[in-house]
Amino acid sequence: MNNLEETYDAIVVGAGHAGCEAALAMARMGIETIIFTVSMDSVAMMPCNPNIGGSSKGHLVREIDALGGEMGKNIDKTYIQSKMLNRSKGPAVHSLRAQADKVEYTKQMRMTMQNTDHLTLRQAEVAELLLESQTMHYNDNDTKLTADKIESIDTTNNKIESIDTANNKIKDNSLNIENNNYSITNEESSVFNNKKIVRGVRTKSGATYYAKAVILCTGVYLNARCIYGDVVNHTGPNGLSAATFLSGSLVDNGIPVRRFKTGTPARIDKRSIDFSKMEEQFGDEEITPFSFTNKACDIAREQISCWLTYTNETTHDIIRANIDRSPLFSGAIEGTGPRYCPSIEDKVMKFADKNRHQVFIEPEGEFTNEMYIGGMSSSLPEDVQYAMYRSVLGLENAKIVRNAYAIEYDCISALMLKHTLEFKDVEGLYSAGQMNGSSGYEEAGAQGLMAGINAARKLQGKEEVVLDRSQGYIGVLIDDLVTKETKEPYRMMTSRAEYRLLLRQDNADLRLTDIGHDIGLIPDDRYERFCGKRELINSEVKRLSETMVGGNKRIQDFLESKSSTPLKTAVSLADLIRRPELDYESVAIIDTERNEVIESDLYRNNISKEVIDQINIEIKYDGYIKRQTSQVEHFKKLEGRRIPDNIDYDDVKNLRKEARQKLNDIRPENIGQASRISGVSPADISVLLIYLNN
Amino acid sequence: MTGLSDTIAAIATGMNQGGIGVIRVSGDQAVAAVDSIFVPKKKGKEVRNLDSYTAAYGNVMNPTDNSIIDEVIVLVMKAPSTYTKEDVVEIDCHGGMQVMKEILHVLTNLNNIYLDKNNNCNVDDVINNTDGEIDNSIDNIISNNNNELDNLNLRVRLARPGEFTERAFLNGRIDLSQAESVMDLISAKSEIAAKTALSQLKGSLRDKIIDIRKNLIHNIAFIESALDDPEHYSLDGFQDKLSVILNEKKQEISHLIETADNGKMMKEGIQTVILGKPNAGKSSILNVLAGKDRAIVTDVAGTTRDTLEEFISINGIPLNIIDTAGIHDTEDVVEKIGVDRSISAANQADLILYIIDSSVPLDDNDIQIMERIKDRQVIILSNKSDLKNVIKEEDVRKYLDHRIIEISAKEQSGFEELYEELNHLFFEGRLSYNDEIYITNARHKQALENALSSIEMALGSIEDGMPEDFYTIDLMSAYEQLGFIIGESVEDDLVDTIFREFCMGK
Repeated sequence: MNNLEETYDAIVVGAGHAGCEAALAMARMGIETIIFTVSMDSVAMMPCNPNIGGSSKGHLVREIDALGGEMGKNIDKTYIQSKMLNRSKGPAVHSLRAQADKVEYTKQMRMTMQNTDHLTLRQAEVAELLLESQTMHYNDNDTKLTADKIESIDTTNNKIESIDTANNKIKDNSLNIENNNYSITNEESSVFNNKKIVRGVRTKSGATYYAKAVILCTGVYLNARCIYGDVVNHTGPNGLSAATFLSGSLVDNGIPVRRFKTGTPARIDKRSIDFSKMEEQFGDEEITPFSFTNKACDIAREQISCWLTYTNETTHDIIRANIDRSPLFSGAIEGTGPRYCPSIEDKVMKFADKNRHQVFIEPEGEFTNEMYIGGMSSSLPEDVQYAMYRSVLGLENAKIVRNAYAIEYDCISALMLKHTLEFKDVEGLYSAGQMNGSSGYEEAGAQGLMAGINAARKLQGKEEVVLDRSQGYIGVLIDDLVTKETKEPYRMMTSRAEYRLLLRQDNADLRLTDIGHDIGLIPDDRYERFCGKRELINSEVKRLSETMVGGNKRIQDFLESKSSTPLKTAVSLADLIRRPELDYESVAIIDTERNEVIESDLYRNNISKEVIDQINIEIKYDGYIKRQTSQVEHFKKLEGRRIPDNIDYDDVKNLRKEARQKLNDIRPENIGQASRISGVSPADISVLLIYLNN
Repeated sequence: MTGLSDTIAAIATGMNQGGIGVIRVSGDQAVAAVDSIFVPKKKGKEVRNLDSYTAAYGNVMNPTDNSIIDEVIVLVMKAPSTYTKEDVVEIDCHGGMQVMKEILHVLTNLNNIYLDKNNNCNVDDVINNTDGEIDNSIDNIISNNNNELDNLNLRVRLARPGEFTERAFLNGRIDLSQAESVMDLISAKSEIAAKTALSQLKGSLRDKIIDIRKNLIHNIAFIESALDDPEHYSLDGFQDKLSVILNEKKQEISHLIETADNGKMMKEGIQTVILGKPNAGKSSILNVLAGKDRAIVTDVAGTTRDTLEEFISINGIPLNIIDTAGIHDTEDVVEKIGVDRSISAANQADLILYIIDSSVPLDDNDIQIMERIKDRQVIILSNKSDLKNVIKEEDVRKYLDHRIIEISAKEQSGFEELYEELNHLFFEGRLSYNDEIYITNARHKQALENALSSIEMALGSIEDGMPEDFYTIDLMSAYEQLGFIIGESVEDDLVDTIFREFCMGK
């Protein structure tokens, strides 16, 4: 049989939110890329909630955009409602969220992918990962054995069939395999540092695709099972076929998988809902685009409302009465589910004192009658689902279009990955998205983008791009994933970002556009426009801090008119803007130097609002920002102290046992990461520093 | 917090000598920090003006109230020719333990002290020339402010165990071949410190700290839940409620700081056990030493059921005195526990004050006790010298060859002699105590003070109408600081609390 063989620079497995960003980034960086999807109709599909953004997730989308990713642009094209959450709170937690037209979102992303040079979209199930053993170090006499000299390693029987080395010392020796370290039970040899290298993938049909980089973005498809009541479907979401072979191939290659679980609520026919009993939820009157490339006026549209209703004691009674029929409570589902996105039965059982829970009714798109029932995900049997949904005010006559279900899938522990999202032990193999134990479209997109950027940079022989915890939510997300043991699907939260006052969604462009431009994903014309904005902000903030005003009558009258305390001494305009009752715009009257040049600069680029917001934030919260900035400086020093890859922690005698074990497992790349590992004390860090100096 | 570049301070001499003690400060800010609390006798001899390896004589001041803490000699050694290869400043003080503690405390709290001062003084009041040419005064304001602001940035923290040596090594002062022994030193010292912290922290204090932390994290988690899921949880009106709670916590932490000041947080000082058979007058003697009615005293033998502790300072020598139930054979279960504790307290004590009742003859109980303690550091107090003495000195000496002091708790006589004997033992170095305990206590106190200042900052932010997400950072840092005391780090506590206590998500 003649099977197809093709060679690309890079392969992406899975075209969800992670896969799309990864593939687009690589192709745009000039890497010949092929991306596989189980169905061309499921590219960038949103199988759960019909929105992008929200608390901290909105930050991620802004960061993806600043680095030259696609998610922000795509949602700007396809949103049907947009809202800035937390407007009344501090700027660091303002969060942009948009309802998407799901079908349109998929269509637009697919179109973008199909029209990107160097990118091939292919419908096929990847069944096998092709790895090869790389250079091995033979410790005793320091002879290097190269991969092609090893005829075959039979992992099943733990045997090396034959190794054709120069001195031919090892033959038919048995192997002990532990944590990818192959130790040969032969008196002459000790340990192989068994680093592998990726060669490509093979599809279910037998076609082989070779590449130097492979990015796994398999989402929830590996050995997926969808469950409600006692119904179990061995499919991915929406009945799409699951990927049933790849998990096995990973395990065969020494990459263990684990089982996670998540769930989604029912979709209900719009015509069967009585909206008059619900509260209407509108979008913002003046919308905020996600992407720097868009102006609000260009993407303005008529928005579609969402609706709010509540569960009640009847709903809860129905759930309690049937809880024994839930596969979660009966133990039929083994996967670990997320605590932040509990099913309605979880909420009712865990928070028994709450007599109602919110239910958000959200449209799935402009041209569909399906409504998403946010807040009521479930895996209860069909009949219970009916009873339960129909007990909710306004849903009395609800007709279910799609049942709620829980889904279980295989994923990996991201502790196996470097911060570039490349596997520590497999050269050229990357992993992103739900595969890494995260959850959410935005988390997936962010990882996909970073994996794509890093795979492309490596192929081009360029330096890796790793964002740290002070640079962005993306940095926090990836650092958490690869250094902390996550026991449930990981969701981004603003409270996870210790420097969140600096990592605002409003300054994502200021933080990351330089990097995006350096990588080559931000075109020059956009970069120029960005630089203009940045220059304007910086010069205005400087001018306002240096412009002093005294307590003359004009100023005092102005302050009085604003119910602001009169001046006793001279202050800068920035000092005045810092007062809660004043801001950049209101002090314009007494700001005689704010001349026409600034005004026209401000408005010329039509980014006046963002610039003014930025000036206000930088001045008003200056003290807090400075404090966090100094914390970041300290943090950077520790991050700058690198730990060599080949460190053997067993050699560092004075480490406490727990610390040694954790360090061995996680293998941090620098002292900063090491110090964040739970169970590693400051004394351990001291010992480590001294060891490294030696 | 690893703090490789922090400026650190510690008491360099052991705690077992009286007389002169040395506080050592090392790091970038060593000169500026000491400069901010030192006033030289001669103008021009300010620390910042001193050349390397020169000294100045003057006073250490407490910037809070500008009071003089001690007359000292300050020695400046500039990088790189110092032990740590960093700037090092040593303060030689001679006022004894309490003074060294106070200086170290001031040094490690400079930023808090100046922050308080800064908050309490309004620039508007300082330069009060509202009429006329205000603009001329701008330069003045700026330069005046700069001094204060510089001090605000002074951060000195207590050194970790072995940290001076660690720095000496990392900065290349100590030969690489000694790496092994440096690592040994650090891990051994840290081990001792950790053990000390856990074993010496009193249980009720631990519970108190756990309580405060629980309360803090719950409130932070509520705010974070509301920020994360604003459509679900509302923060309307929460600020007022939180202010009340934070003011309570502020009080509680202030109280704990006083506790630490009184040495009550840890079993600080020379562990001193008062032993003697029932009704020998142990509690009465403790009362005289402590100067108040502390233990319950009755004529009934066996009234003191449990061990009582009192931290007192005699001529600057810190004693942690443990009063014990009288040691004698007892069948009374409650009292049995007390007796067991007395024996175990005596076994761990640095000093035993053994009380005999001179008005009654020695009995088996006395002999039993004396046999148990004959190899220990003991002062024998022959109590009830106001009554007829029926015990001869040689009767005691047969069992216990130590100094005997005649004393009367009732008439409060003989105590001067006791104090002299204590002084004598202490300054000869025959009496010492585990200084790790003192250092740990100082660390705890610093953590409490940091927590307090974080809570104050949060309260300030609430008052200024700052948004919630700004001050949760301060609350989190208070939570972290309190955790240091009980050996808990922050980990994923916040996220865990959010999920456990608040119903989140879609």
